[in-house]
Amino acid sequence: MSTLFFFLAAFGAIAGAIGVIALRDPFFSVLSLVAHLLSLAILFLLLRAEFVAAAQVVVYAGAVMVLYVFVVAYVGEADEAIGARLRSAGGANMRLAAAVLGGALLVELLIALLGSGLKAIEGYGAGYTPGPRTYGTPAYIGNLLLTRFLLAFEMASFLLLIAAVGGVVLARRRGGLEEETAEEEREFAPLELLRPQGTGTMAEGVTGLEFAASHSGGAEEEAKGPAESRRTPVAVGAAEQGDEHDSEGEDGR
Amino acid sequence: MSIAWYLAVSAIIFALGAVGVIVRRNPLVVLLCLELMLNGANLSLIAFARMWGNGDGQILALIVMTVAACEVCIGLGMIVAIYRRRLPIDVDEMRELQG
Repeated sequence: MSTLFFFLAAFGAIAGAIGVIALRDPFFSVLSLVAHLLSLAILFLLLRAEFVAAAQVVVYAGAVMVLYVFVVAYVGEADEAIGARLRSAGGANMRLAAAVLGGALLVELLIALLGSGLKAIEGYGAGYTPGPRTYGTPAYIGNLLLTRFLLAFEMASFLLLIAAVGGVVLARRRGGLEEETAEEEREFAPLELLRPQGTGTMAEGVTGLEFAASHSGGAEEEAKGPAESRRTPVAVGAAEQGDEHDSEGEDGR
Repeated sequence: MSIAWYLAVSAIIFALGAVGVIVRRNPLVVLLCLELMLNGANLSLIAFARMWGNGDGQILALIVMTVAACEVCIGLGMIVAIYRRRLPIDVDEMRELQG
């Protein structure tokens, strides 16, 4: 029975991998990777890694792939098929090089993994007795993560935090490409929504209430005074920079 | 099945991922192929953990999944930033860092 499941899951995993690299549309590549991940979770279950299989299905095939689907839908550009790429000019060399590289890598990996001289590699693994806290269960993994591998656990959480901040910083909207971007973001700056008129910004002290009321720009632009307040290109650039800092602060919160 | 079969499957998956990284042009698909390579490594880690009856390999596989999630986060953020700048989403066209 486990042999049957192994061959089914291995076939699914390899077919999913081939689908990822061979399908034309990135959306279908993502779906193929989902099939691959589910098959791989079956393989993990056969290897008694229950918690890792569950995490694979929930986190990987669930959350991460949904992120991929969102970005594919957002970017939404059909990829050039692998066949057209290989049939283009110089395609023969490229096809040969890719096949040679892949084949060489496969042979090398097989030699490294299967020719390692480990006796147990032909066996079926160490002894396994089913139980609530045995090998591979959540209790076992949690025990290891919070005792022996506590440092790795904490570093992984810190890495996730850094990646989340980095993703927000990378994907935020930058000023300077579209003219209306600065205007849109100014409407939602929280300080200007909350601050009533005449509450003592420096620009109001210098130029008076009328100017500040008629010109509800950002603080940096107000500080420049009336001479530069007509939206010359320099002032526009400065305002966009200011808005960029604002939006960064909002995202970080 | 003996552990060797799982290792063979993991090697095949890793090699397929490497071929995909080399051949495909869309950075989204390149990221997917990176996931394939990480999954191949994960499968061999878990197979070896099963071989020794030891949970260390499973912990390492979980950490690899965390790193893969971080990589997806950063990579997709970069792709969205590239798209916002109206640059072509094609790894052959983005050669500014090539020198």
